[in-house]
Amino acid sequence: MIGAIGLALGILLGFVLEPDVPFWMEPYLPIAVVAALDAVFGALRAFLDGIFDDKVFVVSFVSNVLIAALIVYLGDQLGVGGQLSTGVIVVLGIRIFSNVAAIRRHLFHA
Amino acid sequence: MPDQAADESTGRARLVAALRRPTSRSQLTAGVLLGVLGFAAVVQMHSSDQADRYAGASQEDLIQLINAQAVAEERVEDQIAALEATRNELEGHTADTEVALELARRQASALGILTGTSPAVGPGIEVAVDGPPLSVGSQELVSGIQELRSAGAEAMQVNGVVRLVGSSSIVDGPGDSVIIDGTQVAAPFLIEAIGNAAALEKAVFFPDGFAEDIESADGEVSVRRLNRVEITSTRTVSPPQYAEPVPEG
Repeated sequence: MIGAIGLALGILLGFVLEPDVPFWMEPYLPIAVVAALDAVFGALRAFLDGIFDDKVFVVSFVSNVLIAALIVYLGDQLGVGGQLSTGVIVVLGIRIFSNVAAIRRHLFHA
Repeated sequence: MPDQAADESTGRARLVAALRRPTSRSQLTAGVLLGVLGFAAVVQMHSSDQADRYAGASQEDLIQLINAQAVAEERVEDQIAALEATRNELEGHTADTEVALELARRQASALGILTGTSPAVGPGIEVAVDGPPLSVGSQELVSGIQELRSAGAEAMQVNGVVRLVGSSSIVDGPGDSVIIDGTQVAAPFLIEAIGNAAALEKAVFFPDGFAEDIESADGEVSVRRLNRVEITSTRTVSPPQYAEPVPEG
């Protein structure tokens, strides 16, 4: 319940403040958001599996974001930033889909 | 992993229970992180709305864009330099042309006075020649005019109607008149000359000169110095038919 409230609050805050993305953050934010999304869906699946641990959730959330940013940074330094970003998005997308499939099986038995 | 069916039902039940009973440390943590996620997602959407053209571009793309801009700028600057050079050149040409035109104008006016095609004005003298009938003929006039010319007369006319130039010819006309360049001029004669008035006057009264010549024939010569002599008569010059200028160099 608090999770849903927090999500709504964050979205609302974003709309109200409408901050500009800092320049140094610009290439990392989109990947970080997708990585965080992956962590959230993973946590929801774990919760439904009954093995949810808030410590694990925090660690996976933060590490996902940091690793995503690191990969993008590395890609930019190596000159393959665009391709590597695409790769990260694909991998995270597959994980999100599999997590969502598991959640769907839990909730709808289908 | 425990029994599949039991796990599923408990999973659903847990979710319902969590929604009904919202106070626990883990829920608070999840709420905070979800809030961060929502905030970041909205900010990102907002920024990609703002600058959707460059937000997704990689560093190389941006560098390429900047390079393209730099190349375009260089090209435009080259164009500016070329056009400025052309403009300067044209301005130089115009100045040269103006100088040449001014020179030509001055030359033309000098030649106009010399050849008698344009009126002239300046300091000089007025020589009035009178005498008994048939005392003053073409010979006397020619010698007088020659003396005035040697004294530096720059422009001359007789009786205000005939301009005297280098090629002028004077012959005796019927009665007390002469014919200058085909124009009949009758006595008394009035010769107007532009030049150094003192020198011209001296030339007229030269010993054994023009004045004495006339006076020996019982004629009369009087000279008036004028600050402003106006020579209004002109003659037309047709371009030479046979002579051609020798090309320079």
